[in-house]
Amino acid sequence: MTDRKTNATLFLERRSYRRRRVMDALRLLPIAGLLLWLFPVFWPNAKDGPDAPASVSMSGAVTYVFIVWGVLILSALALWWAFAHRAGEAAEPPERDP
Amino acid sequence: MISVNQLVAVSLVYVAFLFAIAFFAERASVRGRSGWLRSPLVYTLSLSIYCTAWTFYGAVGYAARSGMEFVTIYLGPSLVMIGWWWVLRKLVRIGRAQRATSVADLISARYGKSNLLAIVVTLMAVVGVTPYIALQLQSVTLSVSIFSDPVQSDGLSQSTATFWVAFGLAIFTVLFGTRNLNANERHDGVVIAIAVEAVVKLIALLAVGIFVVWGIAGGIGPMMDRIDSSPIGEWSMDRSRWVALTALSAAAFLALPRMFQVMVVENEDERHLQIASWAFPLYLMLMSLFVVPIAVIGLDILPAGSNPDLFVLTVPLAEGQGGLATLSFLGGFSSATSMVIVATLALSTMVSNHIVMPIWLSAQAEGAQVSGDVRNVVILARRASILMIIFFGYLYYRLSGGGAALAAIGLISFVGVAQFLPAMLGGIFWRGATRWGALAGLVVGFVVWVFCSLLPSFGPDAVLSATVFDNGIAGMGWLRPQALFGVEGIDPTVHAIVWSLTLNMVAFVCVSLVTFPQPLERLQGAQFVNVFDHSTQARGWDAAPATSEDLMVMAQRILGPTDALSLFRAEAQRQGLSGHLPEPTQGFLQTLERELAGSVGSATAHAMISQLVGGASVSVEDLMAVADESAQILEYSNRLEAKSAELSRTARQLREANEKLTALSVQKDAFLGQISHELRTPMTSIRSFSEILRDTDELEQAEKTKYASIIHGETIRLTRLLDDLLDLSVLENGQVSLNLDTGNLNDVIGQAVLSAGGDRSTRLTVRHEQAQIDRPLTTDLDRLRQVFINLITNAQKYCDAPRPELRIDVVDHGDGLHVVFHDNGTPIPSESRTLIFEKFSRINDKDGSGAGLGLAICREIMARLGGDITHEPRADGNAFIVHLPAQAALAAQ
Repeated sequence: MTDRKTNATLFLERRSYRRRRVMDALRLLPIAGLLLWLFPVFWPNAKDGPDAPASVSMSGAVTYVFIVWGVLILSALALWWAFAHRAGEAAEPPERDP
Repeated sequence: MISVNQLVAVSLVYVAFLFAIAFFAERASVRGRSGWLRSPLVYTLSLSIYCTAWTFYGAVGYAARSGMEFVTIYLGPSLVMIGWWWVLRKLVRIGRAQRATSVADLISARYGKSNLLAIVVTLMAVVGVTPYIALQLQSVTLSVSIFSDPVQSDGLSQSTATFWVAFGLAIFTVLFGTRNLNANERHDGVVIAIAVEAVVKLIALLAVGIFVVWGIAGGIGPMMDRIDSSPIGEWSMDRSRWVALTALSAAAFLALPRMFQVMVVENEDERHLQIASWAFPLYLMLMSLFVVPIAVIGLDILPAGSNPDLFVLTVPLAEGQGGLATLSFLGGFSSATSMVIVATLALSTMVSNHIVMPIWLSAQAEGAQVSGDVRNVVILARRASILMIIFFGYLYYRLSGGGAALAAIGLISFVGVAQFLPAMLGGIFWRGATRWGALAGLVVGFVVWVFCSLLPSFGPDAVLSATVFDNGIAGMGWLRPQALFGVEGIDPTVHAIVWSLTLNMVAFVCVSLVTFPQPLERLQGAQFVNVFDHSTQARGWDAAPATSEDLMVMAQRILGPTDALSLFRAEAQRQGLSGHLPEPTQGFLQTLERELAGSVGSATAHAMISQLVGGASVSVEDLMAVADESAQILEYSNRLEAKSAELSRTARQLREANEKLTALSVQKDAFLGQISHELRTPMTSIRSFSEILRDTDELEQAEKTKYASIIHGETIRLTRLLDDLLDLSVLENGQVSLNLDTGNLNDVIGQAVLSAGGDRSTRLTVRHEQAQIDRPLTTDLDRLRQVFINLITNAQKYCDAPRPELRIDVVDHGDGLHVVFHDNGTPIPSESRTLIFEKFSRINDKDGSGAGLGLAICREIMARLGGDITHEPRADGNAFIVHLPAQAALAAQ
């Protein structure tokens, strides 16, 4: 029985390290987007009744949603660029085609 | 005002344009110049079939009714695309590795190629998507009616228009969707057409939006003010709907058959997905950017009671912008047609592969070995399915009368297809998911969806009576369609989403936990879940009964003669066989099955091959791979380790060999140096004395004799040296031929003592006590004697004791005889002991008469005779031991 931990190197070289962190960011980005877009749930709501605090204006809501959208798209673009760029210099072991 | 006739003319020109583009794209593809057809841009644009007429027209209507809620329909897909690393990457890889042709194919392949599952998924998809197709037809008809003169318009012309739209779509899909049988090959014509339509609808919506913001409202600032002062100017969101609809749209994006078609089946390169991960959210954002402004302006300037679903058309028309309205109409038309084409294509693949083909195959008595070309049957089945699905859509439209708000049908359809998600995601992430679990989940989800979402959508007393709404089925209060289990007060849509998906997942997980999967299912599960570790299929066929001819005949009927021949020939070539029939190996059967799966779906392909082959075999290795989750990885790592160990072993051997070679080279240099030295010394004296003899005239006779005898002595020494060298060289090269003879060992020793001069010529006393015992021996006696003589003369020369003495003993030993030559001289120093058997090694050579070759020759001779010679230091001298092999002694007895 082989213990795989003994075979794996503990530290990666810098480029592989960067690539791993880009992958981490790729994984986290949708979660960040989800949290940001779920945030409007906490806004005061016009349906809450007369005692509720003044609700957010529609123009503000539109602006918020689209700014989050823009930031997410730009982040995804940057990450794609970093990922595709690094893929060339520090390639993963080639995956076999079926 | 644009007349309906003009509109029809524009539409016809547009459709002709699409046909032309699709036609040229197909032509370019056939000619192999299709690089630009397969760009990431085209892939991203083809994903835009997510934006149907529901989103084109409906989003504005949705916004006019519920404010920002419409945007949830885009947020879910955006998140899924941005998070491509989580799910889509795996889905696309699996789809490509397994050559999945549809959602149904993927699910059936995952759960052991079960056709039952494929049929269930297909039926659910047809039921879920047909209303959606009806919705597209309705939206086109509705948009045409906006342009028509209210006085002249009548119901008949509308339904006629719908019929012609449906007919045109059917023709287009049949023409470009079934050109090639292999659903895994891209439908280049269709894809390029929907890409063009994606651009048209984006431009149309952006144009209307820009016109509204800058043309009507007068800029962004005033627009924002008008938004805030409009009826939807306040944030009034049903919180549960915001969350549930975002999740639902994400689920539907993954599970919609048409999305699977463009996202997975038509995917050419996994890198396109990475680019689409930001490009498609951008597209969605642009599509929804102007929805709220258009809705606000529509609510503002149009009379109360106008259909908000058509604001995209009616706002430009109200402002007298006929051209813009036409563009907008084309945008909506594009949305509707591209969705219908791809959805129909995806559904028809499912219907033909999973329902029509299995029925047809089982109806044929001879099964897979049918006569005739199956391809025609498959294509015919697919075309019939296309016509049937579009006809269903048309029928649904006619029967429902097209009353409901567009968004409602869209959401109901979304909830329906989202039921595939647990089985899909469970299948690609959880190896414990089983066929029965998937089936239970799908059926439960479907039933809850029909009861809570589809049937109530027709309204009270349409299908479900109002009593059922209020009191549940048969008066059971916990079975009310909008308050299951008595939980009231939930928004009906959220209620349907939550209950259908929850019960679906519960059934899926629970049944999976208690059932046990079949071997094939487990293998496929391992293939799916660990797709990044091994993208090949592990399951094997028991190939014995299948003959290549049978396989060839079947493959020809499905792939066509040319493709099948080239496939078989390539395989035969790979196997190193001449001709076109390869051996039906396991690997080849798997390849063949995958190829067939691309045409008729994996379940059917599996069934066809198993008819010929007689069932899939699951080898012990396969089972072990399933039993141990990481078995394959471990095996691979073990192989690597073994290889690396072998490499380091080889490296060590090489290093050793290199060291030996280096040492040999050093030895050779030393040997040459020694030889030249040994040859030069006598040569020098011979030259010197012969010069004296030549050049000196008055030499005494005695001196002449003396010098000549010196020369003579030196030549004798040279000759002896050369003889020794020659002897050694012959021995070392193994060219010596042994002259076997039988004799007595003690006689040989006695002769050797005599030849060496015995104890008469020197001071050395030789004692050979057992001289009388008869020891028969078969070996090369002359060579053995040579060894003995050498040892005795060595003792004569080097024994420095005051009374030198040599004792010769013959000792019986387990593996033969030992002849021990034991002298009483000074023991050889330990640092020199390893060298005495080397060439030219001379220890303590006082007179320099020896060449240092004697012991080296002895060792070589003994090696030839199968024995050995060693040296042992004794307390009172040296012992040289000659080992004689047992067979030499035995052979003589």
